[in-house]
Amino acid sequence: MSKIMDFDRIEKRARQTALIRNIVVYGLLGLWALVVLFPFYWMLLTSVKSQGAYASEIVPQLYTLSPTMQNYLQVFTEADLGRYFANTLIFTVLTTALMLGVTVLAAFAFARLDFPGKNLAFVLFLALMMIPSELVVITNFVTMKNAHLDNTFLGLILPSVSSVFYIYLLKENFAQIPDELYYAAKVDATSDLKYLRKVMIPICRPTIVTVLILKVIECWNSYIWPRLITDDPKMFLVSGGIQQIRESGYGRDNIPAMMAAVVAVSVPLILLFLIFHKKIMAGVARGGTKG
Amino acid sequence: MENKSMKGWLYLLPAILFLGLFMVYPLIDVFVYSFEEGYDFVSQTAEGVGLFNYSYVLHDPYFMQAVKNTFILVAVTVPASTVLALLISLGLSSITRLRNLFQTVYFLPYVSNTLAVGLVFMILFDKTDSAPGLINVLLSIFGVEPVDFIDGPYWAKMLVLCLYTIWVVLPFKILVLTSALASVDETYYKAARVDGTSKARIFRKVTLPMISPTMFYLIITGFIGAFKAYSDAVALFGENLNVAEMNTIVGYVYEVLYDEAGGGYPSFASAAAIILFVIVLTITCINLMVSKKHVHY
Repeated sequence: MSKIMDFDRIEKRARQTALIRNIVVYGLLGLWALVVLFPFYWMLLTSVKSQGAYASEIVPQLYTLSPTMQNYLQVFTEADLGRYFANTLIFTVLTTALMLGVTVLAAFAFARLDFPGKNLAFVLFLALMMIPSELVVITNFVTMKNAHLDNTFLGLILPSVSSVFYIYLLKENFAQIPDELYYAAKVDATSDLKYLRKVMIPICRPTIVTVLILKVIECWNSYIWPRLITDDPKMFLVSGGIQQIRESGYGRDNIPAMMAAVVAVSVPLILLFLIFHKKIMAGVARGGTKG
Repeated sequence: MENKSMKGWLYLLPAILFLGLFMVYPLIDVFVYSFEEGYDFVSQTAEGVGLFNYSYVLHDPYFMQAVKNTFILVAVTVPASTVLALLISLGLSSITRLRNLFQTVYFLPYVSNTLAVGLVFMILFDKTDSAPGLINVLLSIFGVEPVDFIDGPYWAKMLVLCLYTIWVVLPFKILVLTSALASVDETYYKAARVDGTSKARIFRKVTLPMISPTMFYLIITGFIGAFKAYSDAVALFGENLNVAEMNTIVGYVYEVLYDEAGGGYPSFASAAAIILFVIVLTITCINLMVSKKHVHY
């Protein structure tokens, strides 16, 4: 009889410890989620407060009862945010498109074609992955400046195109396609380019989409190269533009408007993330690093 | 045969052009620049060859300030973010409900614009004449005197920079660690539990050895990333980092390279970039040597 009682007590205690452990774990995880989300909440909140209301708050209010869209209007009309958006859009689309063309062709050559020196070339390509961008930016800056390509889209885009990692990623994926498909296509007298277009690209679409999204994120957030090669505010991308809004004094005087700009810059990528979060996270886990 | 070999190289040609022009050539050139003395941007000529650029950079107080800041940043953020990421990942892998939601939320900073969100951190920590800022209000609850974290004392600015850097780098580490933890074979845990092993011991003897390759991968890439810190500092303290005493080595490179008046000094920038590269290479080699000793299987 006492034995059975003991089991009951042990079970009860085990349940209790599990419950306490769960509360602690969920509590701490929730706390970190709060730390991650709070800056986003704060930018959104501040961006809908009117300038006067914000300035009169000595202790910042955690909510507002009179939201206004005035700041968004202002920051697009007074601070040229629209132009930064257009620049970034052009830069992102062209860079990503060029990158995709270059990457697909190179990955196809490495995965499907045979030519002398292929293995050596592939090893050299992989070695390039280890080159830190800080080292090459200096010469690129001098090259582009001397070619008078500063403050042009060409100067922005050209050095941002090549990504060895994506060539590697796509080559690995291409190589998984069975050789028989290629021979069958050859028997039917299909050209290499047609085989690439009609067979390989459709099969590897998921990887290509992942590469595309990662490159778009990289382009949208790029700051260092655009900042170096453009000094005309008319050519700034969103990162440089938001810095310009702050440095020019406009943002420091009108913090709600600056936060409206911050929200506007953040929203496109957050939307992209919400739609593709599984793909993005899987792609990054496979070996992407920031920047 | 001739035709076939030509074809492969033809497909590679665009990649070779881009990589050659914007990666291989600059890589060689940066070493050339760093040894050319008195390089003139406009005429593209140098007066001589020597180590003057290195000695100039090493004697520049701004560079030494940047080195100091970068080392503090590395020493604080790499251990702190790795341990924090490990704790969060362990928490995540011990729950089932809401796990995906938490994972997605935690990854959000990775896709956000560093410059933009940095401004939010700035206004949270800022103390202006009219308002103490939210963080100072929170601190005052605990009886802490308000501190100006953005224009104030050195330690306060460094603290914000470290906090923001950790916030930015954590998503990647959490993501990589949770997938490493998920790939540990359940059998090991079951076997340990049958033997009545305590939770702490399971963690030390099973989990940690199994994820040790991932841990070292994160530590190595963490060191490399932290040594290259720059955008986070710009976001918090503005572009004039030298004045704010918050410059980093990469920031110094760009500062010297980029000059409002036009040219700038590519030779000094190259020397500084190569010094940074040597530091990072040394640390990475040490890391690899340590990891050989400690990574199991």
